[in-house]
Amino acid sequence: MGIEAAQFTQQVVSGIAIGSVYALVALGFVLIYKATEVVNFAQGELLMLGAFLAYTLIVLLGLNFWLGGLLAVVLTAAFGFFLERTVVRPIVGQPVFAIVMVTIGIGFVARSVVTMIPPWGVDTHVIQTPFSNRTLSVAGVVLSQDHVAVVVLTVILCLGLFGFFRYTTLGVAMQATSQNQLAAYYVGIPVKRVFSLIWAISAGVAAFAGVLLAPVAFVHANMGFIGIKAFPAAVLGGFGSIPGAVVGGVIIGVVEALAGFYLAEGFKDVAAYIVLLLVLLLRPQGLFGATARKKV
Amino acid sequence: MRIVFKTDYDQDIRLFRHGGAVCWYGCLGAALLLAPWFLGEYWLSQIAFVCVYGMAGIGLMLLSGYAGQISLGHAAFFAAGAYTETLLLAQGWPFPLTLVAAGLLAGAVGVAIGLPALRLSGIYLAIATLAFAFIVEEVLARWESVTNGNNGLNVPLARLGPVALDPNGRLFYYVALCAVTLLMLAAANLLRSPTGRAFVAIRDSEIAAQSLGVNLAWYKTVAFAVSAAFTGVAGAFYAHKLQFISPEAFTIVLSIELLVMVVVGGLGSLHGAIYGAIFIIVLPELIGVAKDYLPAGVAGQPGLKSLLFGLSVIGFMLFEPLGLHGRWRKIQLYFQLFPLYRRATFKRQRSYLRTERLR
Repeated sequence: MGIEAAQFTQQVVSGIAIGSVYALVALGFVLIYKATEVVNFAQGELLMLGAFLAYTLIVLLGLNFWLGGLLAVVLTAAFGFFLERTVVRPIVGQPVFAIVMVTIGIGFVARSVVTMIPPWGVDTHVIQTPFSNRTLSVAGVVLSQDHVAVVVLTVILCLGLFGFFRYTTLGVAMQATSQNQLAAYYVGIPVKRVFSLIWAISAGVAAFAGVLLAPVAFVHANMGFIGIKAFPAAVLGGFGSIPGAVVGGVIIGVVEALAGFYLAEGFKDVAAYIVLLLVLLLRPQGLFGATARKKV
Repeated sequence: MRIVFKTDYDQDIRLFRHGGAVCWYGCLGAALLLAPWFLGEYWLSQIAFVCVYGMAGIGLMLLSGYAGQISLGHAAFFAAGAYTETLLLAQGWPFPLTLVAAGLLAGAVGVAIGLPALRLSGIYLAIATLAFAFIVEEVLARWESVTNGNNGLNVPLARLGPVALDPNGRLFYYVALCAVTLLMLAAANLLRSPTGRAFVAIRDSEIAAQSLGVNLAWYKTVAFAVSAAFTGVAGAFYAHKLQFISPEAFTIVLSIELLVMVVVGGLGSLHGAIYGAIFIIVLPELIGVAKDYLPAGVAGQPGLKSLLFGLSVIGFMLFEPLGLHGRWRKIQLYFQLFPLYRRATFKRQRSYLRTERLR
């Protein structure tokens, strides 16, 4: 394989790795949006919280990487449950504006609280993983094991979620709730508890993304801004489509990596947003979205 | 309690509802005009800041509070105004003309974002404006031949004829006050015209507005253009206040700050824009005062401001969705109706998009 092609492959793989993180955050948005019609602007902050919890458990308390990561995911999921119950539920049914503002407010609070907790603060932290600083060489292409691990774990999580929504009673109940709240209520699904659980899953997925991102990037209070990059991913996939969010995330990641490598400096940061605006202009329903006329 | 008898259709669209209102606004105006003789330079400068934020607040209020379009990208218009002002002043344009140009250019940028926004609503619009603001920020940072990139630009002093306007001085205060008053009057006038009515109709129900013959595309574009132009003028004044501009001053945080301002002030009222601006300026002052009484561990935290910001947004949205202006209206009504006030007067209606309510 020529150097050009090897470089290209490396860029694509690292793009897919970052894209997986976008995909997971976008997945969280879409889960919540589909079920409750709330758009959670604090998804990135949940990711940040997950990463900080993982940092505390793994680095400060010296837990095993896998155990610490899992605990961080569970704790963040519990926090998501609590958040829905206390802050978000009173606002369900209010105009979109109110919901957007509340979740932005949650983001603000989370970011500043994190900087106030003594061992966390405004510094950047690093989590060492079993894969750190190791590379994998496939057919002349040198890949970082961190990146490969991110991709593999994302695929496993997505398969797990797919199985959950397809085959478990709770998963099917969640699908029913997101299709028609009233009908779900009539067949005996506790809709409100399902909402809380969806927030919990979504927060857990965000925390999972945070744990994955932590070894690739750094853990710091502003890492939640990556959540904003997940919007293009969600929109590209069609805002209400779960497979769309994953595909969209990966595409955005790859586009960003290639733009950073081949185009002038500065394009990397805006590539995702240019794609977003193009999608909104040309195909507002996204790749996987269904076109629906608003009914009166 | 004052009961206004309506004897004329024109009364519905008068700028002042009754003589008492004229009197109170007159008092406020007189107090502000005389303020330089009573207040120190610091407070005068803060009031000028309130005016600057107020202008942007009025602009965003027209778009979000009246036309019902969410914008997470107003920092872009702010930046457009600020950079136009700086660059044109450096070219030697006279001061009031640069203000107009700043407004017009920001308005043009507003149309540019308004056009794709026509097809979008609600959350998609918020995301599109957000993306747009990021792109503008990046352009400002990279277009070094014009904007000097991340090194920023020094803002030349504005001159009114032979007099230079010191951004902390009395004259600048008067100019800012004058500008915010004019914009306020313009906004109030716009809102009582058919255009303003169309904005409100679009906010309340796009489908109903469309059925009544409101051209959604046209009025949304107008809303974006006017809002951006107002924000651009505010950006021009902001550049003078800061005396130095760089892309870091116009990030997503500024966009959110502006949005917080109109939400806290009270969506759907022009007064709210000004209350919100006062809130934004007073909050850091209050933190400064409170720092002396708080334990050192809490007081020294840099995140305190954004914490209070976030908490106040959540609090207002949950408990006082009509903002400061809504609170003031409730207090007013309580005393007007004294023993008969009912809390349910201001009860929010819930609406469910796809299904009926659960309870």
